[in-house]
Amino acid sequence: MYRYNELDSQLVNQRVAQFRDQVRRWQAGELSDDEFRPLRLQNGLYIQRHAPMFRVAVPYGTLNSEQLRRLAHIGRTYDRGYGHFTTRHNLQFNWPKIEDVPDILAELAEVQLHAIQTSGNCIRNITTDAFAGVAADEIIDPRPLAEILRQWSTFHPEFAFLPRKFKFAISGTAEDRAITWFHDIGLQLKVVNGETGFTVIVGGGLGRTPIRGEVVREFLPWQHLLTYSTAILRVYNRFGRRDNAYKARIKILVQALGIEAFRAQVDAEWAHEKDSPHTITQAEYDRIAAHFAPPAYAPAEPANFPDDPAFARWRARCTHPHKVPGYTAVTLSLKRHGVAPGDITSDQMDVVADLADRYSFGELRVSHEQNVILTDVRECDLHALWLSARDAGLATPNIGLLTSIICCPGGDFCDLANAKSIPIANAIQQRFDDLDYLFDIGEIDLNISGCMNACSHHHVGHIGVLGVDRKDKEFYQVTLGGRQGNDAQLGKVIGPAFPAEEMPEVVEQIISVYLAERHADERFLDTFDRIGIDPFKNKVYAGRAHGRSKSQEAA
Amino acid sequence: MAQLIAAQQVLENTWTEQPLEEDGNAGPFVAPSTPTLYPLAFWRAHREAIIASAQAGALPLGLLLQPDDAVEEIAADLPHLALIAINFPKFVDGRGYSSAALLRQRYGYHGELRAVGDVLHDQLFYLRRVGFDSYALKDGKSTAYAIAHGFTTFTEPYQASTDQPLPHFRRQP
Ligand code: SF4
Repeated sequence: MYRYNELDSQLVNQRVAQFRDQVRRWQAGELSDDEFRPLRLQNGLYIQRHAPMFRVAVPYGTLNSEQLRRLAHIGRTYDRGYGHFTTRHNLQFNWPKIEDVPDILAELAEVQLHAIQTSGNCIRNITTDAFAGVAADEIIDPRPLAEILRQWSTFHPEFAFLPRKFKFAISGTAEDRAITWFHDIGLQLKVVNGETGFTVIVGGGLGRTPIRGEVVREFLPWQHLLTYSTAILRVYNRFGRRDNAYKARIKILVQALGIEAFRAQVDAEWAHEKDSPHTITQAEYDRIAAHFAPPAYAPAEPANFPDDPAFARWRARCTHPHKVPGYTAVTLSLKRHGVAPGDITSDQMDVVADLADRYSFGELRVSHEQNVILTDVRECDLHALWLSARDAGLATPNIGLLTSIICCPGGDFCDLANAKSIPIANAIQQRFDDLDYLFDIGEIDLNISGCMNACSHHHVGHIGVLGVDRKDKEFYQVTLGGRQGNDAQLGKVIGPAFPAEEMPEVVEQIISVYLAERHADERFLDTFDRIGIDPFKNKVYAGRAHGRSKSQEAA
Repeated sequence: MAQLIAAQQVLENTWTEQPLEEDGNAGPFVAPSTPTLYPLAFWRAHREAIIASAQAGALPLGLLLQPDDAVEEIAADLPHLALIAINFPKFVDGRGYSSAALLRQRYGYHGELRAVGDVLHDQLFYLRRVGFDSYALKDGKSTAYAIAHGFTTFTEPYQASTDQPLPHFRRQP
């Protein structure tokens, strides 16, 4: 993984000093709340319902064991002994004190971590595939270019006060696992005629106005990544709307202009920037890429797995194909039934750090599905690893199944929430607590967001659940058929929203339609695509007292 | 105008701002006796007269740009201008950074470039990087602290900008 040089360390240390000074001036009344707010947000610090919330960046999802141990220590020392992994490669602490944050940042800087630009109207943490570098279907490792992009976007003087937040995602695999169709800029790495580059997608996003991005450039050679990004960002910075925060994302600008006109503006801007000094040199690419060289893999050894159904189940759900024979990637599930999805205790972090050291070259990844991944595990170590993970509550064999719910903090923590999301996730997990049943249902993504900001990407869940506020009561709107990947699509609204207590039943009814209708070998999504939404609708609303007519469904 | 900082000192502002009519239109032009900053609408209405009068009176000329004023429009006028002030109605409105970068990097403007409006300590570093060289710090904020600490937050940035035409990866030996 990338290790800081003197320049990187100096920048991060100077950031700590800067923020310490800003907190001091805010406490002394020299900075007003309004003046301080954007500064603290660009250091990941929110002021929330119960307490501040502090968001640490895990750049493109890569961590090492030393960093994770430090996060565990911070959780214990400054918080309540746990943290929460978000859907954008960040770790959030829910209970820090504002006055402790400069010290936390200093502790992070010692292990090459930071909270730079994890919030605010600036270029945010860059996300990618958690299996980058090892995925069997990888074309190009996206991490070196993600790091180059991270450096360029860090403290970019021209783009620190954009109309709204700005998110990049990069994918380097045949099957997109980075939701590139739904980011402000989505980059799909590919090789065309022997040349490496990107398809550049712009103006996608979920949130209040979900829009699938559009291709602004079919092929951009990699050397031009920064100059072309400059052109897009400059057009957005100058012409994006600033009068209404809900209409300020780049997707609104792209829609307003139309992709042709937007492309023309970007190209006009790029004509000046192209071949400028920000053109990436081969030497720079090589310097960064050297940090991501493959580890010293051992030759494959036969793995003798004991005849244990629990282990077999775990292996079926929690291991993933690897480029290198004899190796596998392992997901440690943070979706244990009854725990807030994505939460991890400090003790668990220490266990994961130890497992990474013992079995995976001391490194790990954070996935946008809010799990932890050990990317380089020998197959012959799997059983031993499983035993330790199981003892730590990290081996729930539910990855890709209904209960590995992607869930935002929602109304329990988040100020913007319309409704709680964690209790809904836990209630559904409880309803589907039988593993045989869960395996029989098979692959299904269930995403729950507490409001239309869609932090859990509910629009692309096979089943999406969105908290809505209706007459001051918490209701949940359900969508079906959304998906990520190359054919990413938004789910369709099934009908009027449901009260919280009905949600497990509603999910159960949706599943029952699938189970009754499915052909052999059909996953939930396949059946849905074949039979459409109506059978689900009919089942769910049959006899439901609050079912309203179609014309009233607009909400 | 607030408290003016340039070249690491507090300076007296010598410029007067030409007001617009209440409806935002340009009123009649009256030849000034002091260096004057003209809003773009006024400049458009009286460009020839303003230039002629400045030359006759040997007075420097300045323009005051709002965030949505397109710098492309004045690219040809830059040789006449001794000062361009860019207004930041709110410090979180970042359009002025792009205006400045374009004026300096694309259109080769070498005169004084001044940030006015909601100009605060914590943005000075970025403002300087994109090419501002004078700053009307908001009233009530410490100019001494700004001069001592506002411009040196980071020693060595990653990216190129007006102050540093090469990104760090091209500056390495
Ligand atoms: S989706 Fe809404 S409730 Fe959930 S974390 Fe995001 S902003 Fe908060």
